[in-house]
This record gives sequence, structure tokens and C-alpha cells, in this order.
Amino acid sequence: MQGIRQIKRRIRSVKNTRQITRAMKMVAAARLRRAQERVMAARPYAEKMEEVFRHVARHKQNLDDPLFQVHAGGNRVCYVVIAADRGLCGAYNANIIRKAMAHADQLEQEWKKEHPEGPGLEFSFVTVGRKGRDYLSFRRFFIMRDFHTGMDLPTLELTQRIAEYVTQAFVRGEVDQVYLVYSEFVSVMNQKPTVRKLLPLSMPKAENEEEEGAEGEEGKKAAAAGEPAEGAQEKTADHAPKVAQKARREGGEEEAGPKHWVPDYAMEPSPEVIFAKLIPRYIEVFILQALLEGKAGEFGARMTAMDNATKNAEEMIDRLTLSYNRARQAGITQEISEIIGGAEALKG
Amino acid sequence: MTLTLGRTFRLEIVTPERTVFDDSVEMVIAPTYQGYMGVAHNHTPILTVLTSGVLRFRQEGEETRMAVSGGFMDVRMNRAVVLAEAAEFADEIDVSRAMSAYRRALARLLSRREGVDYRRAQAAMDRALARLKAVGISPRK
Repeated sequence: MQGIRQIKRRIRSVKNTRQITRAMKMVAAARLRRAQERVMAARPYAEKMEEVFRHVARHKQNLDDPLFQVHAGGNRVCYVVIAADRGLCGAYNANIIRKAMAHADQLEQEWKKEHPEGPGLEFSFVTVGRKGRDYLSFRRFFIMRDFHTGMDLPTLELTQRIAEYVTQAFVRGEVDQVYLVYSEFVSVMNQKPTVRKLLPLSMPKAENEEEEGAEGEEGKKAAAAGEPAEGAQEKTADHAPKVAQKARREGGEEEAGPKHWVPDYAMEPSPEVIFAKLIPRYIEVFILQALLEGKAGEFGARMTAMDNATKNAEEMIDRLTLSYNRARQAGITQEISEIIGGAEALKG
Repeated sequence: MTLTLGRTFRLEIVTPERTVFDDSVEMVIAPTYQGYMGVAHNHTPILTVLTSGVLRFRQEGEETRMAVSGGFMDVRMNRAVVLAEAAEFADEIDVSRAMSAYRRALARLLSRREGVDYRRAQAAMDRALARLKAVGISPRK
């Protein structure tokens, strides 16, 4: 058994640790709240952007933008790994990197199946956050570029720098595919490492396939004004009940009757110009969402990790206190028996 | 124009940071690529590209001004959605910051050094000008 003094010192030390982990947990919790709010606040923009994007793309038949171009036979794959700048957040960083590695392995196997001869895949990495960079450079992977997130929540400016860098690399033909690896924020306790393909861009899928089919029959003009009404119906209803109903009849349920005139959906200056402006924004939204979710996840993971650490410290303190008391008790007992022993000896 | 007065439609102004505005308005005048465009009740569906500039909207006859920079406006079914990179109400604008941003951009545009990203400087200048205009300040004085 340890000496009483050592145990006491241990207890004090663990108590200090507990104080630190508890403080870190509080900080993470506060930041988590802010990060979560940002994720929520960014969502409407992302949703509307996707809505507009889908809409324009439908009106523009040829998707000849270089960002849509599949590089035939291209074997250079780039991963944008969004990890944290700091550790002490459980398996958060490790999970993201593991996910990237697993995905890379899988891609490689598929590639080898299709191309048994010739060169394999070449991987490169763009890292956001120090932990990702540290790990990958330690493993001697090729890191094209490293971005710092800093302590604060990701900004639009950082997003734009990442987006610009990645799209430039793709357009210049330095990479053929770009994947985004980040941690999806499911809940405070649960972050899901996710891989999403960023480039070449593919068309966002329509939310409702049946809706698509119905629109085809209705013809383009009805589709242009009818489809958006599906989402906007409720909200527009109070402002313009008549128009909303008109569109409902034409876009949604197929109803016999006189066809109402629905104005064509105009795009100024032209669908092409709008599309060219839209694409970079769309990619930015994509990345921003990943950055924000990753950040929220990081704080969530840190909070959970620090909560566990605090609990462990408490448990340890309890155990140490118990053995301290025991040691103390044992000491007292021993002293008493020594005194009694001494007294007995004097008597005898 | 008097015809549409009093009849409202929904205007939403969203940025990546937050939803800035979401309410019914009588009219909105937005800075599009081809000049200012007014939208009132029952406007034809249209999607336009916005530039940096002053966006104005009217609610019960009261006009509100705000600075927006870059983005799109999507009008359909009596609902106008402005997707802007940044949008600030006139009273939220940091005038001194906008002013110094304007001076910085101007200096950069006038300099003939190599490696100046003129497009970026021009964009920064447009943003600063939009903010100053929204609060009614002319930097050239």
C-alpha cells in the first residue's frame, strides 16, 4: 500500500486534472451551441441554393461547364480532409482519417478491377485542420495544400479559398476527382464520418421522382412555374391564394379543365450566365456546410470526451479517497496497537 | 405602381450566415446585373443575378435600405428569394470599416505593381461602395 502522503498527493493531482477537463467540457459545450446555431442558420441558404441550382440546370440542356466534365481515364484522386486543429476530442480525428483511408482503398480496388494493367490510382490530399495534416504527412502522403481553420468558426472567406483552390486544380487537370471527407453532425454524441464527391459535379437529384414524371407530361411551361409551387404552396397561400391554387392544379394534381396561362420562367441575363455564377457558389455552399458540420461535430466530440474524462477523474478520486481512508485507518489502528502493546509490556 | 400598393408578397433574404429577412413586403428594388429591378406583387417568375449594391424594399409605405453583395434573386409564385453572399441593414453597417475597405481597394486598383488581383480589388470596392451607399455616404467627397 502506498504511503498516506503519496495518496494525498495523487488525489490532489487528479482533482486538478478534473478541474481542467471540466473546464474544457464547459468551453466545448458553449462553442458547440454556437456552432450548432451556425449550422442551422446556414441551412436555408444551402437548401435554396440547391433548389435554384436544380431549377436552372433543368432549363439548361447542355452541362458543358468544365466542372461537370468527367476526366476520362483520370487516375488522380484528391481528398479534402476536414479534421480538427486540436486533439482531446476522442476518436474524432482518427475516425475521419480512417474513413478517408477506407474509401481510398475501396476506390483503388475498384480501379484495379477495371484497369488490371497500367498505373494505379494516385492520391493526394488537401487538409483542413492541423490534425489531418499531421497524420497524413507523418504517413508520407502527398499533401497538396493545407488550410488552417483557427479557433473560430469557419468563415465564408476560408470556404471560398478552399473552393477556389480545389476547382482550379480540377480545371487545370491536376486532379480528376475530388472527394470531401468530413464528419457529419448527427447529434452531440454521434458524429458520422462521411465521404462526398465534390468534383466532377453531378446533377442534384430531384427530391421526388414522381413529380418529375408528371412534369414531363405537363410540358415545360407548366413545369417551370408548377414545380416550385410544391414547396412554396403553404407559404404563398396567404399572399396570393388564387395564383397558388392555379399552379397547384397545373403542377401537382392532374385535373381536367381549362388550362390557365402560366408565365414562363425568365432568366436574366441568360441561363448560361446564371449557371456560370451559380456553380462556384454551389460548391462553396457544399464546402461551408461540411466545415460547419465538422466544427460542430468536433465540439460535440470534445465535449463528450471531456465529460468522460471528468467522470473517470471522479471515479479515480473516489477510489483514491477510499484507499487514503483505509491507509489512514490502518495507521491509526497500528498506532493504537503499538500503544497498547507498549502499555502491556510496561505492565508485564 | 400605385396599382400594386398595399398588396404584398413574401421576401426572403438569406446569406450563408443567416436568414436576414423574411416577411411580406409591397415592393423590392434589387441591384441586378442589368440595373435596378423592381418587383411587386404578381411579378412574372424570374431568376436574376445580383451585383453589389443597395437593395430597397417597402413595407406599409416604409422604405428599408440594405447593402447586399453578390448573389441571386429568384422570384416565383409571389415569393422572392434573395440569395446573397452578404446582406446588412443600413443600421448594421460599420461605416468606418467600409470606408477603409473602400480606400484600400482604391489604392490597390490605382497601384501598378505586379501581382495585384484587380478583379478581387474591384469586387472589394463594389462591396464597400454598396455599404456606403446604403447608409447614404459618398466616399468621393
